Amino acid sequence: MERVEQEVATERRSQEDRRTRGDRRKPEHREVSLESYDREELHGMLSAMLLSRRFEEKCAESYQMGRIGGFCHLYIGQEAVAVGGIHALREDDYVFTAYRDHAQAIVRGIEPRAVMAELYGRVDGCSKGAGGSMHMFGRDVNFMGGHGIVGTHLPLAAGVGYAIRYRGGDQVVLCYFGDSVVNGGPFHEAFNMVAKWNLPVVYVVENNSYGMGTDIDRVAAVDHLVTRACAYEGMHAERIDGQDVLAMHDAVSEAVARARGENGRPTFIEAITYRYLGHSMSDAAHGTYRTKEEVQAERQNDPIATFSDQLMEADLLTREEYDEMNQAAIDATEDAAEFAENSPHPDVTVTYDNVYADEFPGLGRRDAWR
Amino acid sequence: MAVITYREALNRALREEMQRDGDVFLIGEEVGEYDGAYKVSKDLLDEFGEWRVRDMPIAENGFAGMGIGAAMAGLRPIVEFMTWNFALLAYDAIVNSAAKIRYMSGGQFSIPIVFRGPGGAALQLSAQHSQVPDPWYANIPGLKVCAPATPADAMGLLKSAIRDDDPVVFIEGELLYNVKGEVPDEEHVVPIGKADVKREGADVTLVCHSKMVKVCTDAAEKLAEEYEVEAEVVDLRTIRPLDVDTIVDSVKKTNRAVVVQEGWPYSGIGAQVVDDIQREAFDFLDAPIARVSSLDVPMHYARPIEKHILPSADAVVSAAKHVCYLD
Repeated sequence: MERVEQEVATERRSQEDRRTRGDRRKPEHREVSLESYDREELHGMLSAMLLSRRFEEKCAESYQMGRIGGFCHLYIGQEAVAVGGIHALREDDYVFTAYRDHAQAIVRGIEPRAVMAELYGRVDGCSKGAGGSMHMFGRDVNFMGGHGIVGTHLPLAAGVGYAIRYRGGDQVVLCYFGDSVVNGGPFHEAFNMVAKWNLPVVYVVENNSYGMGTDIDRVAAVDHLVTRACAYEGMHAERIDGQDVLAMHDAVSEAVARARGENGRPTFIEAITYRYLGHSMSDAAHGTYRTKEEVQAERQNDPIATFSDQLMEADLLTREEYDEMNQAAIDATEDAAEFAENSPHPDVTVTYDNVYADEFPGLGRRDAWR
Repeated sequence: MAVITYREALNRALREEMQRDGDVFLIGEEVGEYDGAYKVSKDLLDEFGEWRVRDMPIAENGFAGMGIGAAMAGLRPIVEFMTWNFALLAYDAIVNSAAKIRYMSGGQFSIPIVFRGPGGAALQLSAQHSQVPDPWYANIPGLKVCAPATPADAMGLLKSAIRDDDPVVFIEGELLYNVKGEVPDEEHVVPIGKADVKREGADVTLVCHSKMVKVCTDAAEKLAEEYEVEAEVVDLRTIRPLDVDTIVDSVKKTNRAVVVQEGWPYSGIGAQVVDDIQREAFDFLDAPIARVSSLDVPMHYARPIEKHILPSADAVVSAAKHVCYLD
């Protein structure tokens, strides 16, 4: 009898969970004044978001045309998280992210041409066509990848933080990851180390509600992911509206300032965001795990539309300026796609390049009949 | 030349390399205040301070990954695992990050890192603490794998590993730490990827590495004394890249080979060596190649069964007699 009651209670809880989903995804309020920004900065952020959006739309098209192979995870809907965060950094700071990495790479400063050529698997790709969609790298702009195993890059970001402290530098590491990471070992192992040794790392979980097709609420034993940080003393933690680029910029700016320098402290930011498309290009936007209505409702809170409206209402943006920015994003994207199309495929003679730093004795010795 | 232990040789390599290069640092469980679980890092914390000798939480995937990140930023970390059994928790970091980042970034990032610690069986540590990790790492392009048998090789190879711009998996042995041997007083560096003929002989080649070098030299003495068979003992020292030339040259001379490894037979290092010999020296062989390895079971705790599972000098003698058609 008791067992049946328990099951009924669990079922009720589950229904309640779905009803209260809105509350679970409600960020803390953060008042950010437009007056603390100059027009150029604001336009820079809007342009970057538009470029990310148009670029990813082009990726979807190119993928469907068979120009892009492998897994391809698009960022549409989450632009404010990358743009707000990365625009808060200095040029010599570092950025890590997971496999949904095209937007972060471009916003950090890798040329759209090099990102698109990488997606096309061509020699002019930022990783020379060896990495593809999930492995963008840009050493020149301290873009540290593009990592394909869930959670694996969090300790790496801690390591760059360790190197900064080791050398007495004052750079900061910004590390993005998806919501499903918070349940795994590397998350806790990395958090423990950065908190213990005050490493200058800002971790941002992009809580888009789903780890592939699994609602985070179904697998995480906390209502708010941000509460996970309470296990690590000295780690500041906040829950931010990831659809609000200024809230993201403001929160990451504070976090970066907190982290920078010899007395710096790490921060964990939960950015509440939403991806409009499927987990990857092989996944429908809605169907098995979320409804069309839910996606449509979330799209009403579009980060680009919200921000451009906000700027127009404040007389900081004209319709013409918006159209120009959008056209520039389209032009840059089309140029990138054309560049990628014309970039050569790598020749098989480079197959063994970059396995090792130097010539490796016997490499290829066992590869007859190729 | 001083006679020192394998442990002291590793300690000397660590100290000298840390003195030579300020970017070299050591992290791992118990490496600092405790002087290392096997005392390999004795006194290093006092000399270099906590940023260069850092005790880690028991979180292998986390601290291995932290080392890899520091290497991406240009430092030269040495990550000590208390044993390679525990490093299975860091396998993702080593295989998916350390071994891949150079390649998948198109050569933009080097990962100059050493992962080191003891592998293989010690005494009655049973199934989870007696494993030979060699093939798990030797299988991975992007990694180099060393497994030295003597103090001099341990010191010289560790120095090369620390100076290498790629990730090196450095497999020591719990039962090797107290082994004594001559080590040059001056700078001593052993190149990665070079085997060493530990005993010359004309009748049969014994290919081995790590703890099996002692097993094979003991077997060689017995073969000489009791059967007038002169065995050549080839110590691989590095198992990736494999020094196929030295192995093949020896087999071309002796025309017979026994391949000995401590690990399991299935997909073992020995299987690779046999493949290389048959492809490159088939016409020189006067007998099928024999292999000696552990038995294909998890390690048993009881001493008689543990001894039964591990390769012995007697087993190597039997195998050598077999390929010489003396049995």
